[in-house]
Amino acid sequence: MIEIKDLHKKFGKNEVLSGVNLSVDRGKIIAVLGPNGSGKTTLIKSILGMVVPNKGEILLDGKSVLGKWKYRESIDYLPQIANFPHNLTVKELIRMIKDLRKQKNVDDNALIKLFKLEPFLGKKLGNLSGGTKQKVNILLTFMFESPLIILDEPTSGLDPISLIRLKELIYSEKEKGKTILITSHIMSFVEEVSEEIVFLLEGKIYFKGSIAELKDKTGQPDFEHAIASILTQSYA
Amino acid sequence: MLKILKYSFYDLMRSRWSYVYFGFYLILGFVLLFLNNNVSKAVITLMNVIIILVPLIGTIFGVMYYYNSKEFTGLLLAQPLKRSTIFLGQYFGVALSLSMSLVIGLGIPFVAYGIFMSDAIWDFGLLLLTGAFLTFIFTALSFNIGLRNENRIKGFGYAILLWLFMAVIYDGILLMSLMIFADYPLDTFSLTASMFNPIDLSRILILLKLDISALMGYTGALFQKFFGTSLGIFLSISVLALWVLIPVWLIRRVARKKDF
Repeated sequence: MIEIKDLHKKFGKNEVLSGVNLSVDRGKIIAVLGPNGSGKTTLIKSILGMVVPNKGEILLDGKSVLGKWKYRESIDYLPQIANFPHNLTVKELIRMIKDLRKQKNVDDNALIKLFKLEPFLGKKLGNLSGGTKQKVNILLTFMFESPLIILDEPTSGLDPISLIRLKELIYSEKEKGKTILITSHIMSFVEEVSEEIVFLLEGKIYFKGSIAELKDKTGQPDFEHAIASILTQSYA
Repeated sequence: MLKILKYSFYDLMRSRWSYVYFGFYLILGFVLLFLNNNVSKAVITLMNVIIILVPLIGTIFGVMYYYNSKEFTGLLLAQPLKRSTIFLGQYFGVALSLSMSLVIGLGIPFVAYGIFMSDAIWDFGLLLLTGAFLTFIFTALSFNIGLRNENRIKGFGYAILLWLFMAVIYDGILLMSLMIFADYPLDTFSLTASMFNPIDLSRILILLKLDISALMGYTGALFQKFFGTSLGIFLSISVLALWVLIPVWLIRRVARKKDF
């Protein structure tokens, strides 16, 4: 589905990605992990074309995406920080995004009910709390039917019930055969939903495989400690 | 692009500032007309206001809109839209709504006064056209500043500096160099220099049309001598158009390579 070859990106002197090679199969849930500043968001934004890589190639279904825009029709993206235009209402925003994406099969009502967003529909986005904004963010991401879903820190600001709903949503999308790419710092969440993890360290892929393989490799009994042991080794 | 333009335009039409700007021109138009009681005089006074004020509002509004809509831009960038579509759509949204405030705001009092029955209709029309040009030029320049500066304080600083330079400092430098090099032939130099400042160019354009040699100044008189009135007007309009096209092309170019 996604094929990344020798991806390099520098911001000024700061080399964020230095030769990332990654291939992601269709219909899997993959978590991209790594310490702060390891390039997770840069990697995701490169796939989306928001960051222009210095070197390398990104293929989506065998076609290069660099410099193109049409392919974004097949991606649903949940940004890390939900920043919306302040003076639009939730309803207007939903209508606008639908209009811009020109997609017909949209089930926003089910999602509005699921996250109990009805009372907020007429409110301006600038007046919403962080958690509610994140719910709107999730709604905008999941209301379309695209084969690839990219979630950047989807859990931030969510209450426990919404978190459960989000997990259910992720599972049901996977059932439909979609590929899902997640970044998160909440290890329990990652362990629960993801089938495969990719660990980024200093701009390179340090590990790719299942959680069980990671535990084996590090010799740690649980996932959180396995991750921590990679980090302490690399900082030492 | 039309969709983005539509949303930016709606967004601005809801903003208080568009109405303040509109109201200002409305009041200015009425006051000038009914105090002067003379359309031609009102047009000259308006020219002096427009030539300074329109660039200022265009630059400030332009950067302000660019920085304020960053979140919106971020949202759009993840959608299946071309980058140039997003930025040009926003740019035309801002420039169009500002031009509309100007044209409608000044248009109402002049129509009420009876501009259609007066011979000053073309002078007035040209004034509005120049105002619209200046809006498009300075909004485009300010979008360029915004795109090149992540730091909005810096961006605002550069925008103000740009306006100050074009509206005040440029003329000062020009005048000083004319005095210092008074012994040399300066015709070509000052003609070229006026092309590089859209504010000077607009002033010359309007004065050529009004044909008031006393107000024309050195470059204006040169313009008339060199090109005659009609060629002069044609030439200055073409250069103003270039002043719109080049910054717009630069917006596209910067937007294509930028990381968000």
